[in-house]
Amino acid sequence: MRGYLADCDIQAPASLAEALAVLAREPGVWTPMAGGTDLMVVYNAGRLQATRFLDLSRLADLRGIREDTTSLSFGALTTYTDLRDCRAVHQHFPNLVKSARVTGALAIQNRGTLGGNIANASPAADTPPSLLAYGAELELISPRGLRRVAYDRFHQGYKRLDLAADELVARIIVPKPTGRGFHYFRKVGTRQAQAIAKVCLAAYARIQEGVVAELRIGLGSVAPAPVRARNAEALIIGKPLAALPVEAAREALLDEISPIDDIRATAHYRKVVTGNLLGQMLRELANG
Amino acid sequence: MIGASSIRKEGRAKVMGTACYTDDKFVPDALHGVTVRSQVPRGILKGIQFGEGIPWGEFTIVTAADIPGTNRVASVVHDQPFLVGIGEEITHPEQPVVLLAHPDRRLAEKARKAVTLEVEERPAILDIQASLDLEQVIYGTHNLLKEIRIQKGDPEAVWASAAHVIEGEYHTGAQEQMYLETNAMVAVVEQEAAGLRVTVWGSLQCPYYVHGALKQLFGLPEGQVRVVAMEMGGAFGGKEDYPSVNAGHAALLAWKSGRPVKVVYDREEDLACTTKRHPSRTRLKTAFDAEGHLLALDVDFVLDGGAYATMSPVVLSRGALHSASVYRCPNVKVHARAVATNTPPPGAFRGFGAPQSLFAMERHMDVCARKMGLDAVELRRKNFLRMGDTMATGQVIREDLDLGGLMDRALEEIDYHRKRTTFAAANDSQNPIKRGVGLAVFMHGCGFTGGGESYLASVAGVEGLADGTVSILAASTEMGQGKNTVFAQIVAEALKLPFDMVETAEVDTDRVPNSGPTVASRSTMMVGRILEDAAISFKQALVQQGFLKEPYTADGFREAVAKAVATLGSVKCYGQYHRPPNIAWNDATYQGDAYPTYSWACYAAEVAVDLDTYEVKVEDFVAVQEVGRVVNPTLAAGQIEGGVAQGIGWGLWEEVTMKQGRMINNQMTNYIIPTSADLPQIRVVFLENPHPAGPGGAKGLGELPMDGPAPALINALENALGPLRLDEVPMTPDRLLGRYEEVTHG
Amino acid sequence: MAKQITLKMTVNGTDCVVTVHPFARLLDVLREELRLTGTKEGCGEGECGACTILMNGRVVNSCLVPVVQAQGAVVVTVEGLAQGERLSSVQDAFLTYNGAQCGFCTPGMLISATDLLNRCPNPTEGEIREGLAGNLCRCTGYAKIVDAVRAVAADGGAAK
Repeated sequence: MRGYLADCDIQAPASLAEALAVLAREPGVWTPMAGGTDLMVVYNAGRLQATRFLDLSRLADLRGIREDTTSLSFGALTTYTDLRDCRAVHQHFPNLVKSARVTGALAIQNRGTLGGNIANASPAADTPPSLLAYGAELELISPRGLRRVAYDRFHQGYKRLDLAADELVARIIVPKPTGRGFHYFRKVGTRQAQAIAKVCLAAYARIQEGVVAELRIGLGSVAPAPVRARNAEALIIGKPLAALPVEAAREALLDEISPIDDIRATAHYRKVVTGNLLGQMLRELANG
Repeated sequence: MIGASSIRKEGRAKVMGTACYTDDKFVPDALHGVTVRSQVPRGILKGIQFGEGIPWGEFTIVTAADIPGTNRVASVVHDQPFLVGIGEEITHPEQPVVLLAHPDRRLAEKARKAVTLEVEERPAILDIQASLDLEQVIYGTHNLLKEIRIQKGDPEAVWASAAHVIEGEYHTGAQEQMYLETNAMVAVVEQEAAGLRVTVWGSLQCPYYVHGALKQLFGLPEGQVRVVAMEMGGAFGGKEDYPSVNAGHAALLAWKSGRPVKVVYDREEDLACTTKRHPSRTRLKTAFDAEGHLLALDVDFVLDGGAYATMSPVVLSRGALHSASVYRCPNVKVHARAVATNTPPPGAFRGFGAPQSLFAMERHMDVCARKMGLDAVELRRKNFLRMGDTMATGQVIREDLDLGGLMDRALEEIDYHRKRTTFAAANDSQNPIKRGVGLAVFMHGCGFTGGGESYLASVAGVEGLADGTVSILAASTEMGQGKNTVFAQIVAEALKLPFDMVETAEVDTDRVPNSGPTVASRSTMMVGRILEDAAISFKQALVQQGFLKEPYTADGFREAVAKAVATLGSVKCYGQYHRPPNIAWNDATYQGDAYPTYSWACYAAEVAVDLDTYEVKVEDFVAVQEVGRVVNPTLAAGQIEGGVAQGIGWGLWEEVTMKQGRMINNQMTNYIIPTSADLPQIRVVFLENPHPAGPGGAKGLGELPMDGPAPALINALENALGPLRLDEVPMTPDRLLGRYEEVTHG
Repeated sequence: MAKQITLKMTVNGTDCVVTVHPFARLLDVLREELRLTGTKEGCGEGECGACTILMNGRVVNSCLVPVVQAQGAVVVTVEGLAQGERLSSVQDAFLTYNGAQCGFCTPGMLISATDLLNRCPNPTEGEIREGLAGNLCRCTGYAKIVDAVRAVAADGGAAK
């Protein structure tokens, strides 16, 4: 245990308004903490710069999964276990269930939150690729009010976010797919469970009359942040299932990612496997 | 009693959470010790600076200059300092330089970062090849920690005339023991009339190793040092030699501060600084006749021994002695070297050199079979050792050894031949999942190598207690393997008593004799045999002195012991190791009986490889072994299953990534051991063949299961994928991709 | 620097009041303040599961919980599984089937196994292996642990 406790402070505001007031009063000073499953790891290792924390875990306003006719809205404090346990999520967003299920193990899934996974901004996080594939939006809150951003514009570089110092991620809104959908999720981790992703690919496609009408591909661990594979998507959209340009899409995909060598895998491995996962996804898509 | 699955003696405390591990020990008024380390692989220590912002006056600070006795860790070779002094050479990046202690463990940790070292850096040697090339001379004259040669016949005379001469080179990586409990030690040093008295309580395998190290560190006589083994959260060899170092550190801080000191490593420190399995490189050259009979074997076996000798000489020895595996060969030459590098010294880890050389030979047999167009199973069968054959050291196989039968049992269990056929057909399809089966046949020598057991001359005993029960006196430690239970079964069997009338005494050097280190698959067979002898002497003494009459009941025995204790005050009987009459070893020539006997095994693995991701899944695993008589089938199976899991990890995932001599993936997140979701059911089969030297016929089994999984898996991988250059473990997905591309990209 | 706070928890059925730094790890509070040393630290990064406890009925890694978040919580540690000297069915099965070797992962493993069987009384082998995947064991290869959990399920579950 290498963090120095005496240097640290944490406050637990009773309401969202109070929490936002703290952030507004001292912007950048207080680091929001939800389940702590990322921050506490870095703290324990003595590598956390932050020493002041704002405990969000008791803020009821940031909880709960709401469903309406067109979307599901997840409070930022929705845990991975909440995702796994929610029937509507199974029904509409199977990739999100899979993402939640492969995030750490159960003890992490009980504590870690969707909002935390997004705001912590690890390129290797497991839910962002699925959120990208489903075209999620974020609702950000500050004393200045609410603002909505498309999730695929939220990550702007390694741990750089479209999030002001006085803002919190309040909710994650995911539109329900309509029509005949295709869902694909695969994480290649360092082992079968309790693993960090080396490559993660999630995709959602809508098929209309044998043609790919809509496709979004979300990728993890192959760029400084979770990313969409827009060029590959563009090559596939509008094509008939019987004639998907798999090789062209693979080449386009490899051009738009920028994996690195790290402790878990080489950049080369990540490229090869990302290309293979795309190939597997497109094969499954074509085979319906 | 022997042969029963008796319940683990300390199991109840373990499932209730009351078992007391070192860090659980409540020590009022304790200081917490931390270690400042060198951080550079090689250089001269010029100075030490204590930075600002730390109340240094509150700290106990120990440097090499403080050491009262000898600043060398007692080991096979006394070459490693406890602390590097100013003006002395730093030889690896995790070398202890300064010890700090403070009542607040968090402040102690903060202070560690505030100490900076002035070092005049020197060029370092970081791998085997650089060391062999003598790019720098960092140890002795040739960077050799130990060199061994074994010769039988003359391979040189065979190469020219043999039908087939096949060469191969194989590599294995370092492996971390990853016991769940990190290294931990508590020390108290008191000033008594007779001088200093040093006591440590710790997580340690070998109390008398630590005892010897503390005597030398403080320059104290026998009776002034006491070592107590606490409940231990796993060890696997990782707490064989290292505890001599951290016990010394805790004791130095306790001595200087006059207060109890606790030194508990966190996971990052434990991974970075403590011992690992030695990385290896093995070059093999084999000659076969036209039918596939092995005619000659040349082994060039090299281990990376790190900066100090530690256990390298004996690890090298076991590796060299297992390098010909289970095959009859008239001409063998083994040249084994442990070379020095500027990395933290590796040490003992389950298998102790044998997994490295056996990986090479068992992999090589499959490679040879393929190159000669023979079946790997039949090639092995043709060459198996049998009764009357001699091994490389001239050791004659005296037991009725049936390795063919052992192998057939494993083949049958895993349905080898049918799977080979069906997989071959299915692997031709477009499906990216390819399947294969493979096997390895191997052995593991029981007990210390060569004359080691004679040198140890271990002593163990039994004591009668006032309540009439019997206590076992041995320094052998419980690390989860089941020593408490198995010893009690052996003694209960010898005395014809119920299991619960026999307990093991706390392992405290003030109370128990030196039964040798808890290593080398020796506790059950070697110490168990001494206990069996001691128990019989104990009973005979009771009879001779009139306390006991045979035949007796358990109650009768209890009354006799209680009466004897009440009359005599203390009733103990000791036994000592005796070399079996037909065993001889010459350490100068490396000729003779390297081990009193061996355990034998055939392991078979089924794998599925995903060519989209290069992940390998182990789908089935069969472990068939002959370990003499099995004392406790449930505990024995547990040992095999755990060892197989470690072997699978070493074969596929567990990689120690080094940079400038330091482990950089020193977190559990980044050093990948298997979870429950990564392993198949491990199917364990024991073939019993009681051996006269062991208690009730038992042989050793603790290390055996580490030897077979890696070659069996990689052989299965070759069966799935065809002839790739599968010459290394761990065969991680990244590495497998590289090997695959060598073939597909030309 | 934060002031110490006084907080209440129910630990193994007993109400406790502790005065601690609010950012202290729940693991340290359990081990050092409450002397419940059954819960172990194996890694300090939420990876090994040796520090697993039940908090408000769910398994958590106590090394990753700042204690302020446990204000008012109901906590169960390994010490809370037995009733007096009577082992729970899961503890008993671990003892019988040799599910504990060195015993260091055991407290966390028992908590996870108990939780698994409470949620899923008749787990398949796959469900057992997934349910325990957050608890690393280096001794057993998990075989005897899986056996023990399966035996409890066959015998009527964790609550028995």
